[in-house]
Amino acid sequence: MSVDAATVRRIAHLARIAVTEAEVPHLQGELNTMLAFVEQLSEVNIDGVEPMTSVTPMEMKKRQDVVNDGEIPDDIVRNAPETQNHFFLVPKVVE
Amino acid sequence: MTVSVKPGKLIKGQTGDWEVVIGMEVHAQVTSKSKLFSGASTEFGGEPNSHVSLVDAAMPGMLPVINEECVKQAVRTGLGLNAKINLRSVFDRKNYFYADSPQGYQISQYKSPVVGEGEIVVELDGGRTATIGIERLHLEQDAGKLLHDQSPTMSYVDLNRCGVALMEIVSKPDIRDAEQAKAYVTKLRSILRYLGTCDGDMEKGSLRADVNVSVRKPGGPLGTRCEIKNMNSINFIGQAIEYEARRQIEIIEDGGTIDQETRLFDPNKGETRSMRSKEEAHDYRYFPDPDLLPLEFTQSYVDELKAKLPELPDQKKARFIESLGLSPYDAGVLVAERESAVFYETVLAGLADKARDGKLAANWVINELFGRLNKEGHGIGDSPVSAAQLAAIVGLIGEGTISGKIAKDLFEIVWTEGGDPRELVEARGMKQVTDLGAIEKVVDDIIAANPDKVAQAKAKPQLAGWFVGQVMKQSGGKANPQAVNDLLKAKLGI
Repeated sequence: MSVDAATVRRIAHLARIAVTEAEVPHLQGELNTMLAFVEQLSEVNIDGVEPMTSVTPMEMKKRQDVVNDGEIPDDIVRNAPETQNHFFLVPKVVE
Repeated sequence: MTVSVKPGKLIKGQTGDWEVVIGMEVHAQVTSKSKLFSGASTEFGGEPNSHVSLVDAAMPGMLPVINEECVKQAVRTGLGLNAKINLRSVFDRKNYFYADSPQGYQISQYKSPVVGEGEIVVELDGGRTATIGIERLHLEQDAGKLLHDQSPTMSYVDLNRCGVALMEIVSKPDIRDAEQAKAYVTKLRSILRYLGTCDGDMEKGSLRADVNVSVRKPGGPLGTRCEIKNMNSINFIGQAIEYEARRQIEIIEDGGTIDQETRLFDPNKGETRSMRSKEEAHDYRYFPDPDLLPLEFTQSYVDELKAKLPELPDQKKARFIESLGLSPYDAGVLVAERESAVFYETVLAGLADKARDGKLAANWVINELFGRLNKEGHGIGDSPVSAAQLAAIVGLIGEGTISGKIAKDLFEIVWTEGGDPRELVEARGMKQVTDLGAIEKVVDDIIAANPDKVAQAKAKPQLAGWFVGQVMKQSGGKANPQAVNDLLKAKLGI
């Protein structure tokens, strides 16, 4: 499996990472090196093998349905570049 | 599981009849105190970003921990939809970039949902029913809310709703017209509310539907579908389907083709319109969420929840028909809304003789009470006549203390003035006269005063009704109609 230049641009866009035209060939090379490395795994026969979800046999922990978090709006917006009345403000996303 | 699809109403076009094929995705907010993966409150509204934890805000290093109540609610809902419960399911990340999701992805279930195939029976006009297949139900996170009208250049982000648990319930494309679609959402909402797994409040957005509509010649291959997003009114769903089906038929008949796209319904104009077409198709790049282990539980956990399910509308309806002799229509009206069923059952509990008066009580709840509530714009929750008062009125009729006619006057008094119906009947002398001597005297007087009518009635017995009317009038409606009838028959020799 390998990616072409168009795929690199598309992935960058989906992740909202600005990639200049000049950077594309370099990134394409890096991605393809990684893919080729991972590709070696396909040599292993995994017919009938369940995907491993955890290295230790354990069940997912569950929470009780209690409200014990939140009510910290100051903390929530503390790092935001722009806020108003505890709202995050972001560049307008609809016209 | 394949259900036999009920044919729907066909739509006439220039080139003949068209069939509409509809499938729905309903998003139902799970009733729980805290969010699906955090301990923040699910309460509606609140100050901006107050019901938000560092997990919901996707701060680095925060990990989701699943709320066991949400799992339980999803399983209970699955059982209520007669569906297969999957003892093992998996959470996936659905990746998208938008300001309503600080994570950059929604935690959802893609390949392995917690609930699989099921089916529900929906009620149509005229006592008809249709069975609609359920494809799946999965748990996922709701997104935050954006306000676009606060500033010309900025959008305001409130994450209070972000991370609240949703059940996405996907139907099979078994729905064939607007009536079936409305009946489907109505029934689904009713089941959720009986189960207490979603409050069904469509105005607050607790229940919203995406409707997939396509058209085809009856029995022909499926057409291209359009998805109408975010419908939060059952009536609008019906209108949107009617409009969208006609729009597609016109395009096809004019030689055009349907573009698969997302549309929005404009209730003011009664039409659907294309949402701004995205520059590229969505690419959600689903993959299993590495922060969460598979969701697993045992069959005995499911069985225990099943044993504790409340009586659902279909079962309640069947019980009302079998044990109380209600008509399917009346039983259907009573069970459609959980509150109506609770009210009726409270009336039943207040009756001394349920077998005798149960059916009468149903008539009174549906015709007198609901009729009046609708007329005056009240809900069952703020009915001026309580279930106990209505039970007393029905009991008074059933035991023969008052006539049905007097009961309507009594109902009016209780509605406007309140009070204990039994005491009112005593205090205002509304009791039915069952004293045969008194009634007989009135009957005799009327017979004596109207010899011509007597002769007519003897010739044509159905004219005896005139005498019944006269006696009732003279007695102020309080004479026992059965006693009056018997006496008249004897006296007139008919």
